[in-house]
Amino acid sequence: MSLQDVIRTDAEARWRRAFEQGEKRDAEFTTVSGARLEPLYGPDDVALDPEQDLGHPGQFPFTRGVHPTMYRGRLWTMRQFAGFGSARQTNERFKYLLAHGQTGLSTAFDFPTLMGYDSDHERSRGEVGQVGVAISSLRDMETLMEGIPMAEVSTSMTINGPAPILLAFYIACGERQGVDPRKLRGTVQNDILKEYQAQHAWLVPAEPALRMITDVMGYCAQKVPQWNTISISGYHIREAGSTAAQELAFTLANGMEYVRRGVAAGLDVDAFAPRLSFFFDSHIDFFEEIAKFRAARRIWARKMRDQFGAKDPRSWMLRFHTQTAGVTLTAQQPENNIVRTAYEALAAVLGGTQSLHTNSMDETLSLPTEKAVKIALRTQQILAEETEVAHVIDPLAGSYFVEAQTNRLEQDAERYFQEIDRRGGVVPATEQGWIQREIHRSAVAYQRATEQGRKQIVGVNCFQEDESGGPPIEIHRIDPAVEREQHARLAALRRQRDAGRVKRALDDVRDACAVRSSTASGDCNLLQRFVAAAHADCTLGEIADVLRQAFGEYHEPKIL
Amino acid sequence: MVETKIRVLVAKPGLDGHDRGAKTVASVLRDRGMEVVYTGLHQTPEMIAEAAMQEDVDVVGLSILSGAHMELFPRVRDELVKRGMGHVLLVGGGIIPSDDMRKLESAGFAKLFGPGTRTDDIGAYIEAEMAKRRARNAAS
Repeated sequence: MSLQDVIRTDAEARWRRAFEQGEKRDAEFTTVSGARLEPLYGPDDVALDPEQDLGHPGQFPFTRGVHPTMYRGRLWTMRQFAGFGSARQTNERFKYLLAHGQTGLSTAFDFPTLMGYDSDHERSRGEVGQVGVAISSLRDMETLMEGIPMAEVSTSMTINGPAPILLAFYIACGERQGVDPRKLRGTVQNDILKEYQAQHAWLVPAEPALRMITDVMGYCAQKVPQWNTISISGYHIREAGSTAAQELAFTLANGMEYVRRGVAAGLDVDAFAPRLSFFFDSHIDFFEEIAKFRAARRIWARKMRDQFGAKDPRSWMLRFHTQTAGVTLTAQQPENNIVRTAYEALAAVLGGTQSLHTNSMDETLSLPTEKAVKIALRTQQILAEETEVAHVIDPLAGSYFVEAQTNRLEQDAERYFQEIDRRGGVVPATEQGWIQREIHRSAVAYQRATEQGRKQIVGVNCFQEDESGGPPIEIHRIDPAVEREQHARLAALRRQRDAGRVKRALDDVRDACAVRSSTASGDCNLLQRFVAAAHADCTLGEIADVLRQAFGEYHEPKIL
Repeated sequence: MVETKIRVLVAKPGLDGHDRGAKTVASVLRDRGMEVVYTGLHQTPEMIAEAAMQEDVDVVGLSILSGAHMELFPRVRDELVKRGMGHVLLVGGGIIPSDDMRKLESAGFAKLFGPGTRTDDIGAYIEAEMAKRRARNAAS
C-alpha cells in the first residue's frame, strides 16, 4: 500500500466514524425502487474500465451516448403526446403544438382504436375520443394529417395490437398526399409483449402478434426505410408499478425477443435492428434514472454485438424516447406536478434521451388543457435554452455514485435475464403471468411504503392541504358529440365505398393470415395486405375482425 | 360466533387497461381478510353484474381510468339491479373529475375514491359500511 493509500484509508476511516456518530434523519435511505443506498460513494464502490465500460459518445458500448456530438449537434426532439376527440380536433392540437415550437408529432389513440374496434362498435360506447383520438379508417387518418407535411414532420403513433393496421393507414395517407413511403419518418410503438405484461391493449395471442411484427420489420426494411418499426417500451411496465431494474430488464428482454423473431423470420439482423427504438419512463428518483438510461445503452450494445452478432454499429445503438412519469403526478396541489416533471425531464436529458415528452400538471384529473400542455413544452425549452445542461455530453460519467448505480442496474438486469431464460423466455414468462406478478408485487410494496410513511409524497402523505373545494385548475372535457359524429362519418364511409373492393381486400388479408410459415419479406406480408385494405376504405374494426377470427383473441392469465 | 367474511368483486369495466390500482386494492382488501374476486380486464357491465351474482358478493369495486365513467358506472348499477343485486355496496375509483364524482355519488354510488387515496381508507370504509348494513339486517 502506498503512502497516499494509507492516508486516504485513514481519512476515510475518520469520516466513517464521524458519520456513524453523527445525527441522522429518520428516513429510509433507499431509491424509489427500494434499492439500498450508501451515504457516500468512492473509488472502491466502482469497478470500471473506462474504455470497455464507457467508451466514447457514438462508440461501443455507447454508455456515454449514441451520437458523437449529442446535444451540441442537435437538441433532443420535443415530442408531446397528444390526441383526443375527433381527428379534426387532434389535427388542430397538432398544428398548435407545431406552431409553438414542437419538433415532432406523437399520437394518442382512444381505447376503441387501441383495441381494434371501430367507433360505432358496441364495446366502444362512452369511450370514443376520450383518452385519445378516434381513428377508424384511412379517411380519419387523412383528416388527422390534413395540412401537415408528412414528408417533413416525424410522427410517432402509440398503438400496439392493431399497430400494423394504423401504420397501413399512415402509409396510405402519405401516398394520397403524394409522399413516397421512403420519405416517411416516424415510429409505431408496435410492442405487443409489454401489452400483455403491463399496458393491456391487445388484439390477438402472442404468436400471430409476433408474426405481424416481423412482417412490419420486413416490409419497412424494403419500403419505409426511415420508419422505426418498434418502440420497445419500458414506460408502461414502470407505470404499472415495476422497479427501475425491472423496467430495464423486462424491456431489454422483450427487445431481444423481437430480434430473435426477426432473425427466425429470415431477416438479416442488420437489416432491421437499426430501426428498433426504445421508450423509457423518467421517474422521480433522479440518479437512479440517469443510471438506468446509461445501463440500457451499454447492455443493448453488448447483447447486439456479442450475442446476436450484429455488425452494423447502428444495430448496437439503443436510441430512446422518454416520457416523464405519469404515476408521480398527484391530484393534490396539481401545480406541484410542474416541478416534478422538470426534475424528471432533467434526468432524461442527462441520461442522453433522443426525444422527450413532458407530462402536463393536470393529467391525474383529465386529459391536459392547452395551457397545461404549453407549460410542459416550455419546461423542456427552459431546459434546452437556459440551463446550459445540453452543452456537455454525458456530464455525470465518472461520478462514483452514478457509475456504481449504472453497474448495479446492469447486474440486476442480468439476474432477471437469467430468470426469464429459466422460464423458457419472455413469451412463456408472460403467458405464465410471472412478469405481471413481479410488477404487481413491486406496485403493492410501493403503495405500502407510502401508506406507512416510509416514502413521502408532497401533498399526499405530507404537507397536505384542505382541497375539498375541488381542483384549483381548469379541466379538459371531451364533448360527447364526438361519438355521434364518428358514427355518422363511419355510416357515410360504409355507404360511399366500393363494397366489392372492400370484400376482396379483406379476403386477401384472410388468405395471408392462413399462411403459417410466412417469411417477413414474402408476398403474404400482412402489412402489405393492410395497405391495400386501407386504400379500399376497409375500416380498422373490419380488418381487426378478420385477424380475431383467423388467430383468436388473447386472454390474460390469472395473476391474483 | 364466526364473522362472515366480506365478499368483494373488483372489476375493470370498459376497454381501459390500467389495472395497477384495481389489483393493488384487490391485494390489500384480501390482506385485510376479505374474500376478493378480481374479474380481469375489459369487462362489459353485463359480465360484471353476472360475476357479482355468481360470486354472491357484498361489494363491487370498479376502477375506471378511461374517461368513460359517466357511461359505465350507471350501466353497471342498472345491470346489478336487473339481476336483483341492487343491494350490493358499489364503490369505485380512477381518474374522475370531482364534479363527476359528486354526480355519480348522488346517483346512488356509496363512495368514490380519487387518486392518492390510502388503500387502508378504502378497506376501513367497506368494513364500517358492511358492519352497519349487517347490524341493520340483524335488527330487522
